[in-house]
Order: sequence, then structure tokens, then C-alpha cells
Amino acid sequence: MARNKEGLVLLLDVGPSMHRALQEIENVCTTLVRKKLVFHRSDEVGVVLFGTKETHNDLARELGGYKHVLVKHDIKVVDEETKDALENLPRGTAPGDFLDAIVVGLDMLIKRFGDTKAKQRLCLITDAQHLLRDPPQGTKEDQVDTIADQMKKHDIKMDCIVFREAGVQHNSVMDENDRLLYHFRDRSVAKVVQVDTPTALLGALKTRNVLPVTIFRGDLEVNSTFKIKVWAYKKTSEEKFPTLKKYSDKAPPSDQFASHEVKVDYEYKSILEPDTVVPPDQRIKGYLYGPQVVPISSAEWEAVKFKPEKGVKLLGFADRSSVPRSYFMKDVNSFVPEPGNTKAIVAVSALARAMQDMNKVAILRCVWRQNQANVAFGVLTPNISSVNNVPDSFYFNILPFAEDVRDFPFRSFSSLPPSSQPTEEQQEAADNLVKMLDLAPPGREEILRPDFTPNPMLERFYSYLDLKSKQPDANPPPLHSCLRRITEPDPDVINYRAPLIQNLGKAFDLKENPKRKKARTQERLAYAGPDDQAKKSEDDAGKAMAIDDQAKDAEKARAIEVLFPSTEKVGKIGDVNPVKDFEAMLAERSSSTWVQKAMEEMKKYTTALIENSPQGDYYEKALECFVALRKACIIEQEPEEYNQFVTKLYERLKKVDDVVKFFQLLSSKNVLLICKEEAPDSDVTEEMARSFFLKTEISSE
Amino acid sequence: MDLDPEGIFRDDSDEDDDNLHEREANKEMVVYLIDASPKMFTPANAAKADEKQETHFHTIVNCITQSLKTQIIGRSRDEVAICFFNTKEKKNLQELAGVYVYNVTEREQLDRPDARLIKEFSCVEDSFMNNIGSRYGITSGSRENTLYNALWVAQALLRKGSVKTVSKRILIFTNEDDPFGGITGAAKADMIRTTIQRAKDAKDLGLSIELLPLSRPDEDFNMSLFYAELIGLEGDEVLQYVPSAGEKLEDMTDQLRKRMMKKRKVKTLSFAITNDVCIEVNTYALIRPTAPGTITWLDSISNLPLKTERSFICNDTGALLQAPQERFQLYNDKAVKFSVRELSDVKRVSSHHLRLLGFKPLDCLKDYHNLSPSTFIYPSDEQIFGSTRVFVALHSSMLRLGRFALAFYGTPTRPRLVALVAQEEVISSSGQDEPPGMHMIYLPYSDDVRYPEEVHLTSGDAPRATDEQIKKASNLLRRIDLKHFSVCRFANPGLQKHYGILEALALGEDEMPDIKDETLPDEEGMARPGVVKAIEEFKAAVFGENYDQEEAEAAAAKGGASKKRKAIADAASQKSAAYDWADLADNGKLKDMTVMDLKTYLTAHGLPVSGKKDAIISRILTHLGK
Repeated sequence: MARNKEGLVLLLDVGPSMHRALQEIENVCTTLVRKKLVFHRSDEVGVVLFGTKETHNDLARELGGYKHVLVKHDIKVVDEETKDALENLPRGTAPGDFLDAIVVGLDMLIKRFGDTKAKQRLCLITDAQHLLRDPPQGTKEDQVDTIADQMKKHDIKMDCIVFREAGVQHNSVMDENDRLLYHFRDRSVAKVVQVDTPTALLGALKTRNVLPVTIFRGDLEVNSTFKIKVWAYKKTSEEKFPTLKKYSDKAPPSDQFASHEVKVDYEYKSILEPDTVVPPDQRIKGYLYGPQVVPISSAEWEAVKFKPEKGVKLLGFADRSSVPRSYFMKDVNSFVPEPGNTKAIVAVSALARAMQDMNKVAILRCVWRQNQANVAFGVLTPNISSVNNVPDSFYFNILPFAEDVRDFPFRSFSSLPPSSQPTEEQQEAADNLVKMLDLAPPGREEILRPDFTPNPMLERFYSYLDLKSKQPDANPPPLHSCLRRITEPDPDVINYRAPLIQNLGKAFDLKENPKRKKARTQERLAYAGPDDQAKKSEDDAGKAMAIDDQAKDAEKARAIEVLFPSTEKVGKIGDVNPVKDFEAMLAERSSSTWVQKAMEEMKKYTTALIENSPQGDYYEKALECFVALRKACIIEQEPEEYNQFVTKLYERLKKVDDVVKFFQLLSSKNVLLICKEEAPDSDVTEEMARSFFLKTEISSE
Repeated sequence: MDLDPEGIFRDDSDEDDDNLHEREANKEMVVYLIDASPKMFTPANAAKADEKQETHFHTIVNCITQSLKTQIIGRSRDEVAICFFNTKEKKNLQELAGVYVYNVTEREQLDRPDARLIKEFSCVEDSFMNNIGSRYGITSGSRENTLYNALWVAQALLRKGSVKTVSKRILIFTNEDDPFGGITGAAKADMIRTTIQRAKDAKDLGLSIELLPLSRPDEDFNMSLFYAELIGLEGDEVLQYVPSAGEKLEDMTDQLRKRMMKKRKVKTLSFAITNDVCIEVNTYALIRPTAPGTITWLDSISNLPLKTERSFICNDTGALLQAPQERFQLYNDKAVKFSVRELSDVKRVSSHHLRLLGFKPLDCLKDYHNLSPSTFIYPSDEQIFGSTRVFVALHSSMLRLGRFALAFYGTPTRPRLVALVAQEEVISSSGQDEPPGMHMIYLPYSDDVRYPEEVHLTSGDAPRATDEQIKKASNLLRRIDLKHFSVCRFANPGLQKHYGILEALALGEDEMPDIKDETLPDEEGMARPGVVKAIEEFKAAVFGENYDQEEAEAAAAKGGASKKRKAIADAASQKSAAYDWADLADNGKLKDMTVMDLKTYLTAHGLPVSGKKDAIISRILTHLGK
């Protein structure tokens, strides 16, 4: 049997209290089977449901008892049927007894695999809410012990996922059940995780099994005489999007065994004779150094290159604060003491705990294997175990070298202009947001904990893969609602906090820069472009949102359109309809100089209008122009332009009686100076804006 | 061409992290304008007489050399020109007095830096006085305006290349804050006016002019005398511009180095905080692994580069294909086809760049929640006004409340959950140590996290250290304390060696450089009696007194293991001797034998036993010399 072959029995609680979560259980188990169909074709899976109305299992037949346990699918190599068995799980009617289910699953595994070397695993998903039936003899703990002994004997492991939605009241039955499950863990045969959201449930089950492989076994050298035996593993490693093969359609359709694969061939040809292929032994590697290409043969290179000695050496200990979190470079490794080596376990434990107490980290230099071309330089942080039978260990993170860091200076926030500093009210709105949108509320499991959050892109890909195998022309399916909790904030929370969020929106005034070309902004700030076909395939809510966004954008565009309708004859402000002309000029905005020009033209025109207005005949018209100019200056963020113009005009003309009347008219129509509240760049406060025209009134009296 | 062909600088995990490496959008052309007046050669510090006197000129040469070295590694397509002004000699196309364009053979005046330039420029000081010479630039009586000339020469050098694709910069290094101080009257006003007009013309052509002023502890560089106007600074900006003249000249070198690098943003993102509030941020790659440069294949006879041609061949029919547009995945033993478009659609799970999900206390961010280097984000008001204000408010709330933001970063290739950790600005004597902003840390998903510590469970409770042992460990920690440890002070020994070798070979030197490996532990420090004692005490506490002896015994027992290995080899050679291998090989009967039997030959002759049957047979044949 293949070394990495796995036999797995899924034990799924379908009792009444689980009905709400069945869809997610279905999803996560299907994903698991789908991944097996891609990566582990020879793995075998069985499905056992418990809490069902019916009873159907070997033990019930042979021994009696074991009620409400249904073997839905016998242990078989994964195929279409396995997937079918997980579709439309029946809603059970009886409270589930997980111990019975475990025994049935165990029995199936032992019968199927006996003493073969396949890896065997049980996977239990339950809410463990119901009282278990009392065993015929002894206590429930004894029963757990017996089961654990059997599991140990056959080297069977178990993953238990306890799913209880947030807000479920704990009672003594649950406590007892939890104690029993944790007893399995203490006997080193099981792992127990508790989750409280459907999304976390999707992430709680490892859908792809990776055989842990050490990257290093050897000494952690403190100095030449003191060495601790450790093994290093990968702690995190990104599960990549599968690399799909290129497809060739050249094989005749009749060929049943066509591989459809494409071979990629590289040929190296000389520049001088483009038709001759240069054989591999006549090629030499050229290394770039600036504009130069330095040819070096591999033998030559081998002789001079950097060859560090294999080994893990301690450089020393440093304060934790001297190694900022943002400097961690790569995926993380784990250093565990050599298994079975009590002295190493104690030594690691002592160092880890001392580091934890003193808030220190260790700096290491690692060469994992001989002939490694470079050293790994990094930081060791303690990982104090919270489970009794798991030894203390370390995490190891790679740190950057001097060459890897770029020092770009950035402007201090404290030196930003006042227009970019939040006001007290805005700061409060931000504070409230940070406090209220809490993803780790007390008394609950942390929401969206990375350890329990599935990769939405991969989940979606595997379901698409499955769909496509049945319908070759299918479109990508929408993102499942549970997965949308990962890409978007929880709508429940958002609705609950609606006033707070609106507050934030009100407190801050965001405006798009009108000087930038509109289309370009949109294109750069959102993936969804106008000609994007992906939209079609987006799920409903996503679509609604996208449409929403579009609608908003369209609205904005319309607003600007109404404000500044674009016309053909631009460039001059005429007497007939000065405001329209002005707006047309602004709308043209092929360059920022246009805006400038439009404003200059408008100012000239308005000044002329006022100066040449006998008995204020044109004041109404001038007022309209003022309003338009003022509006434009606010939108263009040029408040000074307007304020100075008005101030200067006033200084110049305040002696002319008629004109003073015009200023009074402005004041009465509330066409004041542009104040800070309207445009952050303005130096004028609201009070100043009001008093400016007050002055006018006084002077006119 | 491929990046890092030998996979030297990658380990098992990162196969295609191309998106981690910053895409270099456009290239840059820089002219370094270096003041060479006698003032630059006076000691920079009013230091004691017995110390070696460092001059500003020396500092600048060092800085530029350093920057050229980094540039040739990381951004070798950028072009530079080095130009001195206030020199005795003149060397420039325009034949202008007092300006000397420095260059080496086989190189354009404005060109990519090469090994020779770096080497010769680094020791330019030794021959500077003889070959180029220094003099005061603008003096009364002379009608030459060297600064004006220098700007003109620089502008002429930067004539090539379009401003759209190339960013062009002039960097002026000087310690003279009042270049026209030597003259008076109408001549002065006139010179100032023409010089500023020249700078303005240059800027109108899209060149940016920057100044790297050098000041002394006793005498600050006064920007407002002249240069503020030249480079067009206003108000507060002037104050920020001058680096603080620190106690140490090295600090100034640091500051200069930082300023010489042009800030390159990676991307502009929209950051949706709520449905209504969406701000604009720029991302910067402050930390990225530096890989050695690309390689090209050469013809080993002519040393000319080879052209690589890629062809696609159908595995079933052997037909030559155009670049295939479809991909497939085996699923349940069936090939499921996807178009490239469908694949990109399925990867697109979010409509936003960056979407805020909520906040968590900082201790929810564990040490193992990491996958790749973080990205720095800083707000921008370029497209959405008011972004900075929102960002600053959030930043300060998060710092004060000790929380990080959880967000979804929806790139179409690699959508990830990210932690946004607010970074407070840290300033030291060498300038800004940590910029204000947020670090975006890429978080793993559940399938990316493994549990290696749970692989080897102990059957009972795992042994834990006693308080006494922890105390001894604490003592050890105190003894081997790296005081003032700071990350990224260590050079990458592999990379240094790589470029050391290339430099030596490029310049045709025989001697291979000896690179000091800074990552090795400090042997001397570790051998100090106090340290050794602490180690010994800890060792005795956790391993017991007689550990070494026990180990020696265990090693002896292991000798038994090696004996066992020898026995296996002996058995194999006996078994192997039972066959007439040469005969079998001649008659082509090897392929009829079992792999087990074939392996006995390999074991007996100490050859590797790995590989498939074909490989094993060919190995045997090679060994037999057939």
C-alpha cells in the first residue's frame, strides 16, 4: 500500500441540533473529497452519520445497540459515489451519540485495513450537546480509555470538531462531553478544536493532508560543547493554486488514452547562425554585473562559491522589541525537541520559558543542509505548549539581510498640514470604529482566526472544478455565503453597527480628485472595469454591490455632468449665458490649465459686470456668476482663488456705493467666503466668513 | 533569461513568488553634481587634532560608491553620470569652465554603472587634486558662474530618453549654503537670477533637482540663503529638508544614503473601510529578498549570448502547437479543461482591493501568522481627497487601543487575509528609523498552517522544565545578550560573495575576494569565562552532570549502528557477486531483473540507490563502463 495512502471515516452528527450547520458540513467534506480526487486518488473514505432516524451498521446487526448510527458509505477508494454520499445529508431526528459513532467508525477501519500500514483517521464533527447513553459496564471514562487503547493499537488518529454557535448556553451535559473528548486528546489519539461560526467550521477540517517532513535534524549549537538536539519542520506553507497543465487538442477524439499534455521544449540558438542549435555542453552561463555579462562555468563557480557549513548556531539573545513583527520574511518553521529525547525536551522547555518570562528572542544562523547556497538568518520565539502531552517548542522566522531593506523616508503624520489631520470629532469616530468592529469579543472564539479560515479562492476553484467535470461550459460558481464572510465584513455586524458606520462616513468628507481623469481613476481603484465579463459570473450579492458601486459612480458622474455639461464651443464666456459657458470650460478639463483659465475668465467677466452695472441692473446676473464660481472653487479645492478675488474686489470697490449694495446682496443670499468647513485648504473660519460681510454692512452705514 | 536559475536563493517554499519581487516600472537617470570647492576638502568635524580628519568630499564619494554598488545589484538598468563642479580642469561637451564630468573608458557619460566605474570612482580622491583640481567657484572679478554651468551640463546630459518613461534627477551635493556670498552688487543679483532661471528651465523639462546639503555641527546649512529658491521649496518644507547635523558623520552618510534612493511605490490601492468610506493608499515594498541578478546563456566558444526559443509540442501526436490557450486538471481521472479567462475569473473573489473586516488585539497576531515579507502602506490624496485624514485617524486609534486591522486583500492572483499593523514613527540621530504608516502582513489560511509540534505526542505528560532549570536558562539569556541588536544590520554572505566574485572576474582580477561572514557567532564573546560558566551550569541543570560521558557511550553504541550498515553492505556485495553483471549487461538482461536485485549491485559498489528502474540500470551500465 502506498506510503502516503490514507483511510478516513467521516463521523457526522446530523441530529436536530446540527441541522443549521449541515450545509457547511456538506461543503467542507465535499471539498475534502474533491481534493482527494485531485491529489490523493487512492485514498479511501467512508461516511457515517449519527443522530439519524434509521440505524444501519455492522455492530448493530452483530451485537445490537448502536442505534441511530447510519453507515452512509462504506470505506472505498474516493470516486463519484463518495461525493454523492455527502450530498443532501438527511436531517436526523435523534440526539447524536458520538461515542457510538466513534466505535462504529473504528470497527469499520479495523475491518477494512486490519494491520496494513495505511494511515487511518477518524474525523468527528458534532456539537456534543446531548447526553450520551451509559455504557453497559464501567463509566464513560472507562469506555473512552478502551476506545483510545484500540485506536493506539491500530495507530488510528482522530480529529474532533465541536461546533456550537455563539450564544449557546453551556450546560453540564456539554461539560461532560467536552471532558470525554479532551480525554481522547490527553490519551494522545485525538485533536479537539472548538468553533462557533460556519466559516470557521469550513476551516477547521484539514482538507488536504500533508505528510510532515523535517527540513533539518541535528544540533542547535549554543557553543561547541553545549548542543540541543532538535528537529525543524515547516509551520506554515502556502497551499498554492494548483498548477494546471497545458492542454493539447491535437489527439484524435477516438484516442481513449490520449494524455493531452503539452511538452515545452527549449532550444538555444546562436545569434550569428540562427539556424543551428547550440548543444548543452557548448553553453556557458553568463552572470550579469551591470551592463557586463561575465561567463563562468559551473565547475569554476563551484570552486569559488559560498559554501557554508551545515548547522544551526546561536548568535545570542535579544529583546523582543528589537525584532519588529513586520520584519518577518517568509513562511515559518517550527523547532521541536528531538522526539523521545527527554533531555532535549527539558532543555527546550527551559529556554522557551525563560525567553517567554524575560520577553527575549534568540537570534540564529541556520544552514539546513550541506551544499546549501546561502544561510538563513532569523529569530527564534518561544511556543509554550498549552496541552499536556505536547512538548514546548520554538517558532523560527527568517529576518532580512541588510541588502533586503530599503529605507524610504515618509512624511511624519505630525507634520502633515491641518487639512490632513483629523479633528477631535473625526478621531472619536475612528476610535469608536476600532472599538466596535471587534473581531475578538470577550466570551467568544476569535472571529476569522487564520487557523480556522479557509482559502476562498481555492474553495471556489475546487467547486468549479467539480462543476466543470459535469458541465464543461459552466461559469465559475458564486462565492458561498460562508466564504463571503472572509472577503467582506459580516453584514449582520454592519447592520448592527449601522449608526456608527454612518457616523464615520459623515465625519469624514472624501472627494474624488476632479482633476484626474475620471475613467482612469475608476480603472485603477477597482478591479471591475466597465467591459469586464467577470461581473456576469459574480454572485448575486456581489452583483448587487457592484451595481451599487456603479450606480454611485454613475450618480457622481451625473452630478458632475449636470454641474458642468460639456459643450462644443468652449473657451470664452459670453454675455448670453455666462454661467453655462463657464461650466462648459470647466467640464472640458483636458488639462488643469483649463480650469485655471475658466476661473480667470469668469473673474474678469464678473468684475466687468459689476463695474459697468448702472444702478445694479446686472447684479442678479453677477450673483449667479458668483455662485457658480464659488461652487467651482469648492469642488476644485481652490478656496483661496475665490476668497482672494472677493477680498480684492471688495477692497477696490468698497468706496462705490452701488457696489456695496451688491456685497450686501451676496451676504443676504448667504454667498460668503469659502470657509474651512467647506474646503479644508481654506484659511478662513466660518466666523471670519460671516464677519467679512458684516464689515461690509458696517462700512456701508 | 531566468531569475536565479540555480535556485540558490530560494528554498522549497517559493516557486513562483514573482509578485513578491517589485516590478520596476520605469528606469531612472541621475546626475550627481558634486561640489569640489576647497571648502569641501576642509575637515567636516571640529574634531581633535590626533583623529583622522574626514572631509565632506570623502563622505560623498563613499556614499555614491555605496549607492552605485547597490544599484548595480538591484537596479542596474538605471543610468548615472558623475559630475564635479568648481574644478580647475574642465571636461564637458559644452566646454564650460569649472565643470568636470567624471567617467571611465568604454562608457558613455550618462550610462549604466559598471565595475570599472565603481572601482575607479571609489579611489577618485587619491588623484583628484592632480587630475581635476579644486578651486573656489564664484569669486568677485571672475564672470564665471560654475553652478550655472554645472546645471547646464547636467541638463544636457539628461537630454536622452523620454520623460514619460524615465524619471530624471539631478542631485546636488554641497556644503556651501551661500554660493554667491563672494560677490556683491548687481553682478550677484544677476547671477542668482540666471541660475534660478536655469533650474526652472530644467524643471520645466521634467527634470527634478534635489539638494543633499551637508552641514557641520557648528554651522547649519542655511537653505533660505539661496537653495530653497533654486529647488523651489516653500514654507515648512525648508525646515524638513536639512538633515540634522548629527554628532557623527556616519549618521549623515546614513541620511544621505536614504535620500539618494528614490521612493518607488508598488501600487495604488483603494481601501474600503466601510461601504461608504473608501480611501486611497499607496503600497511600498520596504523589505524584499534580494536575489542575485539574472543569468543569460552564452556560447562557450564565442561568449556571445544565445537566443532561447520555446516550442510547444503535443505529447500525443508530436505536432508543433501555437501557445496553447487551454489548461486542464486531472480530476477523478478525467481531464477538466479551463480557459485562461475562466481561471482568472475563478481567482477573482473580491471586488475591492482592500476591504476592512474588523479589528483584533495585537496578541491575536501570532508569530507563526506569516507567509511572505510585509508590505508598507501610506495614504495618498492624489485621487481621493481626505484619504490621509481618515488614515491618520485610524492609525492613531489603532496605536492607542493596541489593535490591528484585519482586512481582505483581493489581488486577482493571490487573494489573502492580511493584518494591518500600525507603525509609529521612530526617529533617531540617523534620521527616520521606522516610517509612520501601516505594515500589511499576509496571513496564512487554515490549510497553510501545519501542526508539527503535535506530530510527536508524548504518551504521558510531556516533560517540562523546573523553576530551577528556567532560572539557569534566564541566567544564560542574560549572559549571551546581544545588546543594541538591530535587524538588517547583517550583510547576506551568499550574495556578497556572489557579487564579490563577479566584480573580481569582471575586472579581470586573479584574487578572489574574501567575504567576511557576519552571520557567524561571536566566538570570542562566547568563550568569555562568564558565558562559558553560564552555559555549563545550564547544561548541567538540564542534561545532568555526566551528559558528555553518556553521549560518548551512546556514540559508541551508534558505532554498532554503523557496523550494522557495514554488514548490510557486505551482504549486498555477497549477493551481488552471485551475478555476472558484465554478462547480464551485454545480453540486455538487466531489465528482466527485479529492482531489489539491481540495488544489491549499487549498494555493493557504494552508488546511490535512488531513482526508477531505468535510472538504476543506466547507473549500473555507466559504472560497468558500457
